[in-house]
Amino acid sequence: MSNLSSILNQKKVFLPFLTCGDPDCETTAANILALAESGADAVILGIPFSDPTAEGSLIQCANIRALAGGATTDRIFKMAEEIRNEISIPLIFMTYANVVFSYGMERFCKRCESLGIEGLIIPDVPFEEKEEFDVVCKSYQMDLISMIAPTSASRISKIASEANGFVFAVSGLGVSDEQSKMQATIEQTVSEIKAHTNIPCIVGFGIQTPAQAAYMTGFADGVIADTTFTEIVAKYAKDSTPYVKEFAHSMIAAIQNTIE
Amino acid sequence: MSNPNGRFGIHGGQYIPETLMNSVIELEKAYSYYKNDPQFQAEFSALLDEYAGRPSRLYYAKKLTEALGGAKIYLKREDLNHTGAHKINNVLGQALLAKKMGKTRLIAETGAGQHGVATATAAALMGMECVIFMGEEDTKRQALNVYRMRLLGAEVIPVTSGTATLKDAVSEAMGEWCKRIEDTHYCLGSVMGPHPFPTIVRDFQAVISREIKAQILEKEGRLPDAVLACVGGGSNAIGTFYHFIDDTNVRLIGCEAAGRGIDTFETAATINTGKLGIFHGMKSYFCQDEYGQIAPVYSISAGLDYPGIGPEHAHLYDIGRAEYVPVTDDEAVDAFEYLSRTEGIIPAIESAHAIAYGLKLAPTMNKDQIMVITVSGRGDKDCAAIARYRGEELYE
Repeated sequence: MSNLSSILNQKKVFLPFLTCGDPDCETTAANILALAESGADAVILGIPFSDPTAEGSLIQCANIRALAGGATTDRIFKMAEEIRNEISIPLIFMTYANVVFSYGMERFCKRCESLGIEGLIIPDVPFEEKEEFDVVCKSYQMDLISMIAPTSASRISKIASEANGFVFAVSGLGVSDEQSKMQATIEQTVSEIKAHTNIPCIVGFGIQTPAQAAYMTGFADGVIADTTFTEIVAKYAKDSTPYVKEFAHSMIAAIQNTIE
Repeated sequence: MSNPNGRFGIHGGQYIPETLMNSVIELEKAYSYYKNDPQFQAEFSALLDEYAGRPSRLYYAKKLTEALGGAKIYLKREDLNHTGAHKINNVLGQALLAKKMGKTRLIAETGAGQHGVATATAAALMGMECVIFMGEEDTKRQALNVYRMRLLGAEVIPVTSGTATLKDAVSEAMGEWCKRIEDTHYCLGSVMGPHPFPTIVRDFQAVISREIKAQILEKEGRLPDAVLACVGGGSNAIGTFYHFIDDTNVRLIGCEAAGRGIDTFETAATINTGKLGIFHGMKSYFCQDEYGQIAPVYSISAGLDYPGIGPEHAHLYDIGRAEYVPVTDDEAVDAFEYLSRTEGIIPAIESAHAIAYGLKLAPTMNKDQIMVITVSGRGDKDCAAIARYRGEELYE
């Protein structure tokens, strides 16, 4: 089990997602520190992409705002460097294949290693295409995270058995912020995943309320929250940090209650 | 040309979210069955002949040839197909395939609107529901095609995300397919996207070069020296090239939209200005910045206004089998007008890019040489926009 797996395996975990550079990297840095302080178990940092095809309009807009605000891969690396020593929780990057590919996979992963980034999520790299990325990630002690969806069906066993770090179980169909209802199939999906791997299985995409988080952690090892943080940052921009903290507290409390 | 994983050399592949994987696998399985099914092929052939009006003519452009004084020029008249462009070839194939797979709903992206019109047409013919995604910018440039699609019973959804053009329409259509895969087939309009689309669309468009080959052998008793087609995603070009790929004496020339020039940012010439990347499900060449952000490309032609190119073209370029040349807005508009006056054929502004390069190349060739240019579509849809380009206050 990798370092990331062991850390996330200790309890039911909460992983917030932020789009880096929305509205600017200074705000993102402040929000990461606030999340760490609130008790988040790891933070997923989105590196913006011009055409984030797997996202709904909410996160698409966050990507556009970040790019318009001057966020670049190098600027985001610099921000991560500035805060890295202030927090001890794992940081995970999430971005699209072309962002990593154009930077140079080797160069990208090497820089991540120097920053202590422990995982990488690339939504447009499925099982069939993971090899070329995975080889490089492994040589820089980074877990390339596998995603599994309710539509994965017969693919679950092969994806889960080769997964590293944690399994990102996609909670519902479709793009991330447009699901109105959580699908009951997610519980079934998680139990199938757990039959094939002992690394943590964390549910993400579209989890918006403490009640949903509590429900999910009834059977999953943790949740990823993306849309609500994005909404908060969209609304309060540079002043978003207290609201980010407040929401994180409510989610963490809900998750901890399910354990008790 | 592609291996089982849909690779053309290093290009192609399936770079898509996990949520879509089973859909493309289902499509791949269905296609590998039906492509060898004589019944399917017979039905497809009948649709092409009886409904689309194939074979399309290979027309000897005598006046154009004489005016240029070089190679003998033939025009492959895809503009004479039903719905006025080559797009119908692919759409009839995919709609038939979708129907066989038990799907009841077709969705598609469209740039100029020709693929959207063709998809709406096939949906009407086969009694299927139809939703077309079109960049809001393009719905303005091609208002008449929006009306056509609605007339044919399709719902047209203007896409406002990103640059509100073709690439954004592709992204939205992919997102929609993600959400509703049980009853929906994504009828992708070009030789791009994840495997198996580049292969499926190429196979359905290959009828163009199959016919050219037979027609030119009948008329001239030999193969052409060069075949030309415009390239956005590259479906009419791959259709025009495919059956000549092994005939290495035939030059294959793809004409890219250079917009205001390949030395400006307002261009869509992917091979000439792009670099290797991964986007919309495939590894290929893309117009992008140093951090891999996809560039907001520009061309006067909505159908060529796309930042990528199909993976098989990228491979043909890598191995030096095909050439890709840039053609500017100005050159395309000149050719649009020139062909209209010389031959009485108004080409689509997309096709005018291929004509424009033909006008340059033909005089450099000998009179005993033969050039075939595919006129991928007719230009009625472009008349108002070209009039405005020339400063006339003409609105549809």
